[in-house]
Amino acid sequence: MPTPAISLKRINKRFGPVWANRDIDLTVMPGTIHGIVGENGAGKSTLMSILYGFYTADSGEIAINGKPLSIQSSQQAIDAGIGMVHQHFMLVETFSVLENVLLGAEEKSLLSKVLNHGRKALQRIGKAHGMEVDPDAIVGELPVGMQQRVEILKALYRGARILILDEPTGVLTPQEADRLFEILDQLRSNGVTVLLITHKLREIMHICDQVSVMRQGEMVAHRRIVATSTDELASLMVGRKVGLMENKPSTQIGEARLTASGVHYTDSRGIERLHNINLELRSGEILGVAGVAGNGQSELLKILSGVITAQQGELHILTSKGEQRFVANESRDARLFRQLGVGHVPEDRLKQGLVPNFAASENAILGYEGDAKYGQHLLSTDNIVADTKTMMASFDVRPAIPELKTANFSGGNQQKLIIAREMMRQPDILIVGQPTRGVDIGAIEFIHQQLIKARDEGAAVLLVSVELEEILALSDRIIVMVDGRISGEVMPSQTNEQELGLLMSNAASTIRETLEVTLPEEVSP
Amino acid sequence: MDVLSWVYSSMDSSLRLAVPLVFAALGGIYAERSGIVDIGLEGKMLMAAFAAAATSALTGSPMLGLVSAVLSSVLMAMMHGFAVITWRGDQIISGLAINFFASGLTVTIGHALFDMGGQTPTLSNDQRFNALEWPGAQWVAEHVPVLGSFYHDVISGHNVLVYLAFLLVPVAAFVLFKTRFGLRVRAMGEEPKAADTAGISVSKVRYQALIITGVMCGFSGAYLSMAQNAAFVREMTAGQGYIALAAVILGKWRPVGAMLGCLLFGVLSAMETRLQSVELPIIGEMPTQLFSALPYILTVVLLAGFIGRSIAPKAIGQPYIKER
Amino acid sequence: MSRVNVQEVPVWLTSVVIPLLQLALALMVSSLVVLIVGENPIEAFRVMVQGALNLEFGGLHNTLYYATNFIFTGLAVAVAFHAGMFNIGGEGQAYLGGLGVTIIALSLDHLLPMWLMAPLVIIAAALFGALWGVIPGILQAKRGAHIVVTTIMFNFIAAALMSYLLVSIIAPLSGEATDSRYFASSAVFPKWHELFEGAAFSLLNPTLLIALICAVMVWVLIWRTRLGYAIRVMGQNPSAAEYAGINAKKIIIITMAISGALAGMMAVNEVYGAHSRLILNYTNGFGFIGIAVALMGRNHPIGVVLAALLFGALYQGGTELQFEMPGLNPELILVIQGLVIFFTGALERLVRNPIEALYTSTRANLQAGG
Repeated sequence: MPTPAISLKRINKRFGPVWANRDIDLTVMPGTIHGIVGENGAGKSTLMSILYGFYTADSGEIAINGKPLSIQSSQQAIDAGIGMVHQHFMLVETFSVLENVLLGAEEKSLLSKVLNHGRKALQRIGKAHGMEVDPDAIVGELPVGMQQRVEILKALYRGARILILDEPTGVLTPQEADRLFEILDQLRSNGVTVLLITHKLREIMHICDQVSVMRQGEMVAHRRIVATSTDELASLMVGRKVGLMENKPSTQIGEARLTASGVHYTDSRGIERLHNINLELRSGEILGVAGVAGNGQSELLKILSGVITAQQGELHILTSKGEQRFVANESRDARLFRQLGVGHVPEDRLKQGLVPNFAASENAILGYEGDAKYGQHLLSTDNIVADTKTMMASFDVRPAIPELKTANFSGGNQQKLIIAREMMRQPDILIVGQPTRGVDIGAIEFIHQQLIKARDEGAAVLLVSVELEEILALSDRIIVMVDGRISGEVMPSQTNEQELGLLMSNAASTIRETLEVTLPEEVSP
Repeated sequence: MDVLSWVYSSMDSSLRLAVPLVFAALGGIYAERSGIVDIGLEGKMLMAAFAAAATSALTGSPMLGLVSAVLSSVLMAMMHGFAVITWRGDQIISGLAINFFASGLTVTIGHALFDMGGQTPTLSNDQRFNALEWPGAQWVAEHVPVLGSFYHDVISGHNVLVYLAFLLVPVAAFVLFKTRFGLRVRAMGEEPKAADTAGISVSKVRYQALIITGVMCGFSGAYLSMAQNAAFVREMTAGQGYIALAAVILGKWRPVGAMLGCLLFGVLSAMETRLQSVELPIIGEMPTQLFSALPYILTVVLLAGFIGRSIAPKAIGQPYIKER
Repeated sequence: MSRVNVQEVPVWLTSVVIPLLQLALALMVSSLVVLIVGENPIEAFRVMVQGALNLEFGGLHNTLYYATNFIFTGLAVAVAFHAGMFNIGGEGQAYLGGLGVTIIALSLDHLLPMWLMAPLVIIAAALFGALWGVIPGILQAKRGAHIVVTTIMFNFIAAALMSYLLVSIIAPLSGEATDSRYFASSAVFPKWHELFEGAAFSLLNPTLLIALICAVMVWVLIWRTRLGYAIRVMGQNPSAAEYAGINAKKIIIITMAISGALAGMMAVNEVYGAHSRLILNYTNGFGFIGIAVALMGRNHPIGVVLAALLFGALYQGGTELQFEMPGLNPELILVIQGLVIFFTGALERLVRNPIEALYTSTRANLQAGG
């Protein structure tokens, strides 16, 4: 039996009272692709950070190619032949491909010599592994898939024989992902060991030889791919059988509350994020928006809630508070939408939905601070605190202390506070983004109930989620977004995850053999 | 007055006035390219100017004066580094603190040393950097028309620091864009994480860049008190550190561009003194304050994007936090 | 990773103990400087305290007079800080405020009595300061020009502009060289010693009360009004402001106007109250001291007032130094000022991190034990 490329024994890492990694054992054989799967927060990223020298383990042993090592810095990891492709690329956008590859590995102090030598080496490596990139292209101008290739080349240039890829397909189009898998396959046949971290089981099944499953900081299983199935892996990951929640379809779908027609949006960098979006959101329905993260859902949420303005197309809002047509390029703000009865649960609660340093009561009026009952110019603290107490009571926010700093609440309770704020005024339209991201199980159920309740009371709910399960369980109608476009519309009762997966990866692209469960998208910590 | 000789002598004085700006601007470029805002150029220059004049006055050696200027300025740069690199403090606040500290310290120590209200004694010629007459300057000026006096008036007849300043401009361009060190410095200013994961120590490179900044400001200050003038006078930098910063912005963080900015500001400042109480046709007497305000007005106009954009290095001003 | 419930470090620690320790550190390093120049720091300290607090020579009064300036400029910096902006332009805004005061006073001082003049002067000072603050604000909001750099530049532009106006226009009006003429005494604030028989001569004048009122108003503005709420959301989380529908551009512009107005009102104390005329370079770096005051005072009006008193004392004490200890120069103040900014601002983690860690671990131990 050959010496393992990586051998980890009893790795432990604690952050305060939290065990990020507990007694982790892992053996990776050379020249294989080894998958590591696990839910958000299972400890995969921490483990890889330990392997790459970002963190030092509290205890445990690391051996690379049979040699015991203590890895204190990325440089030591690089010296040991480990390369890492981060989820968020570590590239200098203003530098050329060549400069990026060479950065930190320059052997001469004069750049011209370094570049000449590097150019040849880069071409050689590129050819050997089937990755051609123009060495003089400016990285910031390359498509994402190419940038990722630069990252791989960077690692290989440093002599990496072990390559760690952290959620590599999260940012890729399906075609780019296919191309990546070809490259990984090629690397494997060239003897490179690949460690693939992902939450997408179909990728594991598609490309890996071995897979290890992590759950709550512990390694719970090691399997050979041929001897396992997505079902088994999925239940290992969550520690219980994955089942769908019960979906009681809406009984009373009413008139159109929010209509978007021909909406186009191009961001400040000139990239078209939304292309010709047409949709109708009716009262008494939950319209689910499915899609891989980064396909225009964020921009859609912001446009429908009035945070940003489209360059083309128009919105029409009809609620009990009034009717208004919004044309493109017209200056407006979210306040106007709120006045029309549009509630908005933003997809990123800490970045958008809250000010972490504020007291809970202060966050309970964010966006509604202009309401008359909170005072004309001077804020009425009494009314604010009273409302906060009501919200906390009816949405089970704990601890129910309006004065407590928001950062001191758990993620689930922060999210409940936001949902309480947006639902308190019984909005006719509710725009919801990733309502259960990073939220504990108990809170997830509660939040789902509240969304269904709002719908049953006649609200028009738009739900954006990267969690297919959530979309399927809650929606009355589902649209799928790919690349800023709506690629299809289905009824949940007449579809399944396979079909949705196809729509999400845009059926036109190469279809992979197995399209299985997609589990919650891992968000960067 | 002979127009040509007026032009030449204006160019000559513009050049001299630009020198401290060129040094400081180069210093600013190294710091800012590595991702560190340095509004403490002013304070470092002031400190260096004082150290130079005081040392030279006490020891009689301009070389020792220069060394002491560079050392004190580097020390201030390290103070900045300690606060903003090691302790990830606010770079603007640290820069300001250094400027105040320098204005106070120079006068306090100067007062204690020389008892002249913070000034240093006037330096004699052998305690200063003096003009170097270039070979044949006099002869050429007398025998070659136009270009001859240009050679004599503008090219020749400066002290060694003037030539050093303009020599360091291509050197900086070379270091930043043609060497490994420069590549790393620029990476720090754009995407320190990328450099960190590539195994380069962000702190080390930033400290190195700041040391160079300190050396540059040291030259700048030494020039002020030992070459351009013959003593240290309190607050003698008078905002030139900020003007140098403006030149950095104007020059889009490139050495040659910044030098051109410095030359422009040098011309403005030369005009300020030369047009003092000069009656111009139509306009009458020029408010000379306009010339001292113009560098700042130009910078504001540029920053507001009315004449092209000047885009700073991406990671500038942000402390680098290693934890992900 | 699941969120750990962080124990909040109490206010008395973050707002009292830590700033005081930072101040102590700054004073220790300053003492070193005093030692280096061959003087006794304890003696220097004694002289400064004596100079700043005595009643018989108006020391305390002048401390309060200086503090008045610093309350205005400190509040100016603090208000901008709350919106996430660093207004370094207090110096220029205060200078322009002086122009406002002077224009009103020179044109009306023989017509209006003090009680009619004072409100006009206050408004003029605030308006002119606001003008000088709002231009960088507009350039930031509409054109993306960074406020730090533009406000620095505006200080120099103000210096040039005012020097031109004073030397070429205002001073010649009444045959002066670089300053304006004195305003008619019937139109200006009486000073403390003019109000109270037997009080020592000082520059203290009723502007102190206006400064304190401003401090209260700033507190109300920041923590009790909708505008202040919007300012804080902007400062702490710009995307949340966008989400909430807060118009960032408007807030930037309004905040800079308020900040500039506060700095401008320093002119009421200096130009109108203390000197009764506009003096070349009258601001004397007081605008910059606002930065140290705001940092030390943790951007809270109470903190700003206390820090302003401290700096007022340093200033007044510093001027006494040169008489009592000829080896020391009043510029020592700048050393202290620089070090206070350094230790409370740039290097604040040096003190804060270990103290907070100590607090957290002690508390954890106590909880584990009990």
